[in-house]
Amino acid sequence: MSSDDHRVQAPFGAREVTVATAEQIGPYRVFGCSDELGPRPTAGQFYMLASSERWGAGSDERPYLPRAISVLAAGDADLSFMIEAVGPGTERLEQLVEGDGLRLLGPLGNGFSAPADGARAILCGGGIGIAPLAMMQQQLLSAGREVTALLGFRDGAHAAGARLIAGAQVATDDGSVGHQGLVTELLLAELDRDSNAVIYSCGPPQMLDAVRAIGVARGAATQLALEAPMACGFGACYGCVVKAADGSYRRSCVDGPVISADELAPDWLEVGGVK
Amino acid sequence: MTVNLCGIELAHPVINGSGTFDVIAARRVFGAEVDEQFPFSAFVSKTITPQPRAGNPPPRLFETAAGLINSIGLPNRGLAGYLKDELPQLATLPVPLITNVMGSNADEVGQLFEALEGRGEIAAIELNVSCPNVKTGLDIGSDPGELSKLLAAVREKTTKPLIVKLTPNTANVALVAAAAEAAGADAVSLINTLRAFAADPARPGEAWLGGGTGGQSGPAIRAVALAQTVAVAAAVELPIVAMGGIASAANGRQFLDAGALVIAVGTESFRDPAAAGRIAAALS
Repeated sequence: MSSDDHRVQAPFGAREVTVATAEQIGPYRVFGCSDELGPRPTAGQFYMLASSERWGAGSDERPYLPRAISVLAAGDADLSFMIEAVGPGTERLEQLVEGDGLRLLGPLGNGFSAPADGARAILCGGGIGIAPLAMMQQQLLSAGREVTALLGFRDGAHAAGARLIAGAQVATDDGSVGHQGLVTELLLAELDRDSNAVIYSCGPPQMLDAVRAIGVARGAATQLALEAPMACGFGACYGCVVKAADGSYRRSCVDGPVISADELAPDWLEVGGVK
Repeated sequence: MTVNLCGIELAHPVINGSGTFDVIAARRVFGAEVDEQFPFSAFVSKTITPQPRAGNPPPRLFETAAGLINSIGLPNRGLAGYLKDELPQLATLPVPLITNVMGSNADEVGQLFEALEGRGEIAAIELNVSCPNVKTGLDIGSDPGELSKLLAAVREKTTKPLIVKLTPNTANVALVAAAAEAAGADAVSLINTLRAFAADPARPGEAWLGGGTGGQSGPAIRAVALAQTVAVAAAVELPIVAMGGIASAANGRQFLDAGALVIAVGTESFRDPAAAGRIAAALS
């Protein structure tokens, strides 16, 4: 099914599936659904999700567009996703319970690539961004690779999400769990120990940018999974662009969401990335 | 339910709105299924300009009630890049190709027409005189006299069917359509997005979109599009390609009943790339 190296192609068109499980993990909602028609995705890919019922007429009469959500885990015929309610779309997705209908399109985007032979993988992320890292950890462990996980959260409640990634070192802004401070402080310490490690990151824009800067400064291979508002997820709308190092705009949905740190413009955040 | 649009045979009356479906990207994402299940009876390219355009800085999208505001800024590889890199890939589509172009004056439009004239892969040209978020497209299509002058200068430079895409951001769209007809257009298409402003929730009075203002699309503009279709159908004999928030066969039927020969699906394809195929099947 694959045409690009780290892309599993999607069936053409959105399909209806049914929510099979739903669980609350701290402030996050994790739900699973069967997906017998779709292929098994690779870590870093995402799906466009919308509830089958009552999509719309929420706050501000939204949501209208489906939401781009990273896949958290995938079995042979099932998928799971992690949601944090931050707006009308994720608020509606968070309400889904077992038996509810879900409209999904995917898998979409370009996923993570494996580290070079012998290189250790460092997963460094935080908040809702831990979802693709959880799937990457499973993929790497299945392949017998060495993985270190470093996760940052704003507080102890959010740090509950760390249980999705086995053996993770945790940092919290308020120090209620793990290291008090930034996850990038843990990252620098790990790179001091092993400068050949490959970094995989997903998280809030400022965290991602800090990881980008560290990866570039240390010369470490760094793969960033970007988050951007997008209307379609498959390259049609040109709405999800980020500024690349060569000055061009790239679509997060088809040229990403995983992009190498050195391919991103150093000022990508200032150019509207976090507006 | 075949349709003849300016001599082009279409298998059904549903095409895409320019700039709402990128076949080349879709093939990367969906593989061969895109061509096997191609949802449109003709494919309209995104707008091609003489020189490459990077497009507007992000953010480029703002979701609204029943739609969205975009400020994409017509990114494209320019005429030379289109002919070299994209046209060979679009030429293998299973449906006729309509190339949408925009120039900031008659010289530029004439240059575009002349460059496409010898390309047999292109069945028709759609001229964008209406994109509200690019300064160059604004004035010509909103004024009947300006449009007449432009078309008079460029019409003879192409023998291909010429579809003029009208802007809704004008005082009287019927007068503009009549001007297009009198100046040699073979069809008109409408509506493009309605000029719209997205207020930044965190910065009162400031624009959310990197490009400043944008264009509203989606079901939010359907009733406006229908009104303009009715007005244009009463004013001209030309075939009409109608669009604006069409999300179902029932929506599409209203535009056909209002006088459109062909309908286009745009924003609904963002929600489901196969939507237009379902609409076409339900209309037949």
